[in-house]
Amino acid sequence: MKDAFGTPQSLLVLGGTSEIGLATARRLVARRTRTVWLAGRPSPALDAAAGQLRDLGAEVHTVPFDALDSASHEEVLGKVFTEGDIDMVLIAFGLLGDQARDEAEPMAAVRVAQTNYTGAVSAGLVCANALQSQGHGSLVVLSSVAGERARRANFIYGSSKAGLDAFTQGLGDALHGTGVHVMVVRPGFVRTKMTEGMEEAPLATTPEAVAEAIEAGLRRRAEVVWVPGALRAVMSALRHVPRPLFRRLPV
Amino acid sequence: MADNTTLTTEADSFASVTGWGRTAPTTALVERPRTYEEAAAAVRGCGARGSIARGLGRAYGDAAQNAGGSVLDMTGLDRIRSVDADAGIVVCDAGVSLHRLMEVLLPLGWFVPVTPGTRYVTVGGAIGADIHGKNHHVSGGFSRHVRSLRLLLADGEVREVLPGTELFDATAGGMGLTGVILSATVQLLPVETSLMSVDTERATDLDDLMTRLTETDHLYRYSVAWIDLLAKGASMGRSVLTRGDHAPLDELPARARRHPLTFRPGQFPGAPSFVPEGLLGRKSVGLFNELWYRRAPRSRVGELQKISTFFHPLDGVPHWNRIYGRSGFVQYQFVVPYGQEEALRRIVGRISRRGCPSFLAVLKRFGDGDPGWLSFPVPGWTLALDIPANMPRLGTFLDELDEEVCAAEGRLYLAKDSRVRPETLAAMYPKLDAFRALRAELDPHGVFTSDLSRRLAL
Repeated sequence: MKDAFGTPQSLLVLGGTSEIGLATARRLVARRTRTVWLAGRPSPALDAAAGQLRDLGAEVHTVPFDALDSASHEEVLGKVFTEGDIDMVLIAFGLLGDQARDEAEPMAAVRVAQTNYTGAVSAGLVCANALQSQGHGSLVVLSSVAGERARRANFIYGSSKAGLDAFTQGLGDALHGTGVHVMVVRPGFVRTKMTEGMEEAPLATTPEAVAEAIEAGLRRRAEVVWVPGALRAVMSALRHVPRPLFRRLPV
Repeated sequence: MADNTTLTTEADSFASVTGWGRTAPTTALVERPRTYEEAAAAVRGCGARGSIARGLGRAYGDAAQNAGGSVLDMTGLDRIRSVDADAGIVVCDAGVSLHRLMEVLLPLGWFVPVTPGTRYVTVGGAIGADIHGKNHHVSGGFSRHVRSLRLLLADGEVREVLPGTELFDATAGGMGLTGVILSATVQLLPVETSLMSVDTERATDLDDLMTRLTETDHLYRYSVAWIDLLAKGASMGRSVLTRGDHAPLDELPARARRHPLTFRPGQFPGAPSFVPEGLLGRKSVGLFNELWYRRAPRSRVGELQKISTFFHPLDGVPHWNRIYGRSGFVQYQFVVPYGQEEALRRIVGRISRRGCPSFLAVLKRFGDGDPGWLSFPVPGWTLALDIPANMPRLGTFLDELDEEVCAAEGRLYLAKDSRVRPETLAAMYPKLDAFRALRAELDPHGVFTSDLSRRLAL
């Protein structure tokens, strides 16, 4: 069960090697989290991540999970919930893709869309149903500021996150009053392996800062969290910039 | 649950439930049995996630919540079955509130044996949390005055439970996890009037306060000190002591003597349903505390106060818990045994330095411990304070205080808790293993389950 500050005792991370996911897990393990389920494609990196959390004192299980294999989500994730209550599910998997290549190879673009959107839709719905029958829990979904307004530079990734963001908001409304809390997290540019070598955007942040914002959001039972918080105002302004002008902005 | 059509009446519904602190809401099917049979049927058909009894929801944390399961709202079982006005014994349903008991019993010259800081708790809740009041150093906890109780067990059977038995000691303070208390027989306290004769004095700092309490507490039936935890430096721990007893008839002025037993607690308008966050910051609470301290007389003897003024000042403001806004608040109450005064000083010092915006923190001396396995009181000093849940890094701060309390062989109060670590709690209650064993035997399928029991593995 979560405590008065919304800190979970058990955590399921979908995308078990995600840096933001692991930074969040480390932070929560230092608080109250005792049981962590890391779901991801079996790999040495997943085992290493599990080992790292074990060293912090958590009981860690790994679950073979493939975001692209939506048909398997019900079975794979359902099994986790039969082992006991999950206080928080963090959907942290995602694929940034390579805009130039993805534009040239539509199937590569579809892979981004399927991972970030349809994969999260099926996994999100499976988890939402399980949480609903528990009568409690938080579903935290990593969206992105890229989904707030499509940009020339990364609209394939951005559109997948826009879909995910809209899905999550709707799911939050659908689950209102069921005891399940749904939170969208919209980080800006996060310095991770995924963005390594890319030019940093303004207001760039770190996985640790996202983790901190998630913890604070859990305490407030927030529905939307921006990281850093200033992005909320920035994006709210950018949203309203007319398209002819927006096209010319160096964003 | 959902297939339980025979039981689901119109009054039953899925609802979001929290404790008085309004933190960690979870959803449950809330059922409101009106008879013992309905309660038994609800327990028999409660589904895999179990059931827990709930009274007036004054426990601060998650004691009366059951995510995804059923919550039995016991306030529908609200009959006073019999009153023996000569012997001072009342038999009543578990859902009867102490407020109702006072309304009925005061005119007959009887008072509840123990009352906490609110009248709006049920008799069932009073036993389940084994509540204490300002008279603990004289009278012990509530369960000590219970002559018998009827307990609905996991299999739907009802058992008469008498003091001195294992089941009674597990149930007193057992947070509803041994079964549903249906009714109780309670020994009352005779009073001549419905007024309190109160002595007030100020203590300039923590040491002064502890000296005064140690030296003269035994002279009073009721004793408590309000302590200003925002005061720093030399005035750290400055307090207002209010101590007293029920006023005897001859202390009343002639006019009041004509109706010595009237019970008319006043009430202000309630707190609005929406209150912005952060209203109770360090400044506003500091100002309140300053005024409260200054307003109190240095020393005053024999003031007549209404029962509601003396015992239940906050009951005058319905829904006062809303003033903390949406994030709610945490109440931290611990006890450290006598001889651990240093630990108490350290903890008060830390809270004061940290600047927790806490108004109405109270310090009190407990008397002998109570027999309940999970009963909170042990002989020692108990401090209770409210803290807004949105205070930054409050979780880790309270974890540090837990360590101090644990090291001093003290403990936390389950009825107030919403955040302790399970292993810390287990270290505080040596009889927890016996409690778990008894539950495993009586209720092998875990029918009686609450968010509290899940969180702390009780």
